[in-house]
Amino acid sequence: MMNIESGPPDPRTPAVRAEALTVVRGSRTVLHGLDFTVPRGRITGLLGPSGCGKSTLMRAIVGTQAKVSGTLEILGRPAGHAALRSRVGYVTQAPSVYDDLTVRQNLEYFAAVLDPGRAAAERRREHVSRALADVDLTRHADALAGNLSGGQRSRVSLAVALLGAPELLVLDEPTVGLDPVLRRDLWALFHDIAAARGATLLVSSHVMDEAERCHHLLLMREGRILADDTPDALRARTGADTVEAAFLHLVDEAAAAGRAKETAR
Amino acid sequence: MSTTTAPAAPPAPRALSAARTTATAARVLRQLRHDPRTIALMLLVPCLMLVLLRYVFDGSPRTFDTIGAALLGIFPLITMFLVTSIATLRERTSGTLERLLAMPLGKVDLIAGYALAFGALAVVQSALATGLALWLLDLDVTGSPWLLLLVALLDALLGTALGLFVSAFAASEFQAVQFMPAVIFPQLLLCGLFTPRADMHPVLEAISDVLPMSYAVDAMDEVLRHTEVTGTFVRDVLIVAGCALLVLGLGAATLRRRTA
Repeated sequence: MMNIESGPPDPRTPAVRAEALTVVRGSRTVLHGLDFTVPRGRITGLLGPSGCGKSTLMRAIVGTQAKVSGTLEILGRPAGHAALRSRVGYVTQAPSVYDDLTVRQNLEYFAAVLDPGRAAAERRREHVSRALADVDLTRHADALAGNLSGGQRSRVSLAVALLGAPELLVLDEPTVGLDPVLRRDLWALFHDIAAARGATLLVSSHVMDEAERCHHLLLMREGRILADDTPDALRARTGADTVEAAFLHLVDEAAAAGRAKETAR
Repeated sequence: MSTTTAPAAPPAPRALSAARTTATAARVLRQLRHDPRTIALMLLVPCLMLVLLRYVFDGSPRTFDTIGAALLGIFPLITMFLVTSIATLRERTSGTLERLLAMPLGKVDLIAGYALAFGALAVVQSALATGLALWLLDLDVTGSPWLLLLVALLDALLGTALGLFVSAFAASEFQAVQFMPAVIFPQLLLCGLFTPRADMHPVLEAISDVLPMSYAVDAMDEVLRHTEVTGTFVRDVLIVAGCALLVLGLGAATLRRRTA
C-alpha cells in the first residue's frame, strides 16, 4: 500500500486510478473489476449506453457510492477521503439545486459551505459571479431555480460544481436536453476549464458524437470498459470513421469473442 | 490492501462549524421566505385553534386552561415535525443532500442548521400563541409565561428531531405525511391531554411513561399550577431536551455519505 498521507500529491499521478474496481448494488454487480486511469488536465469522456454503469462509476469516484471494492484513487487519495470534498466538483444527472431559492442564493449557500466565514465573503462573491458568468446565467441570477427551464436548471447545478475551482470535475450527462448552441458553448467552457484552469474533467454522455470533443475516452458497456484511448487512436485501431462506428465495432468484436469461447467449449 | 476506497485512517470527527451551521440555517429560512403561505399557516393555525378551543370550552374555563396550556406545547411539536420531515425528505430526493455530503459539510452542521432555523420559527410561533392565549383568551397560568415558551421551544426541537429521523424511512411525501399520525397521534392520545395518565390502563400508562410528549404536557401542567420552578418541571424539561438530542443523534446516523 502506498503512503497516501505524506507530502503533496505528485502532479503526474493520474486524476483517477482504478484497479479491479467492483461495485455491487443489491444482488447485482454493476461494475466488474474495472482498470483504467483518467489523465490530469484533460477532458475524458465516459461513453456508453444508458444503464451501463456510468453514473455508478461517477458516484464511486466522488465517494457517494456504497459497496465499492478494489482500488480507486482520486488525486492520489482514496475515493471519498474527507480532504477530497473541496477538490472534487460533482454534477448529478438530475439538477441538484434548491428550487425554492434564486440562482444566486443557491450559489451563495454552496459557496458558504465550501469556503465559510465572514473573512471569505469577498472571495465568495467573486466565485459566485464567475460561476454565473461561466454558465451564462448572470441575467437569470435573481430568478427562482424552480421557475427556470430544464436546461437552465442543469446549468445552475453545473455552476455549483464550478465554485471553488475544483481540480477534478465529474459531470454526469451535463449536456442532455440542451439545444445545439448551448451544447457547443458548454463544451467550449469545458475546454477552457481544462486549458486555462488546469482542471481535469470526466464527462459522461450516451451521445457518441460528443466523444469527438474529448481528449480521452472510456467506452463502457454492461459494467465493463471496452476501450480506454484517445478518439484518434480508437478510430485508427478499429478502422472506423467515427467513435460511434468504433464503439459498434468493439461491441461486435466482444460478442464474436464471446461466441467463439462458447463454441470452443 | 483489498480496498483503498475507505480512508486509511478516518479523519477525526470535525467539531461543529459555526459558519456552516448559520449559513445552513439562513438558507433554510430563505427557502421558507419564498413560501409565505407556509409561514402564514405555521404561525396562524395554532392561534386559530386556540381561539376555537377557548369558545368550545366557553362554559368551563378551567378545562380550557389545562388543554390550552398542553396545546401550547403540542402545536410546535406537530408543526416542526411536519415541516422538517418534508424539508429533509425533499433534500434527500432532490439530490441536494448527496451534493452537500460530498462537500466539506459536517452532518452536525446540517442538522444544527435545520434545528436553528426551525427553532427560530418555533419561537415566533410559540410567542404568538402564548401571547394570544394569556392576554386575549384569558388562559389562567400561575407560573411564568417564559417557562411556557421554554417548553414550547424544546417541543419544537423534539418535533424537528423526530421529523428528521422519520424522513429517512419515507420514500415519498405521501409516506412522510402518514408518519405524522403514526408517530404523533399515539403520543397525543397517551400524553394526558384527554384524561390523566394515572387513570389509564396500567399498560398504557407504562407506555406513556416512555413517550416524550407526556413529559412535555407534564411540564406545561407544572407551569400552569405552580408559581415557582418545581423539581418535576426541571425533570420534565431535561427529559424532553434529552429525547430531542437522542433523536437528533439517531437522525444524524440516517444521513449517509455513501448510499447504494
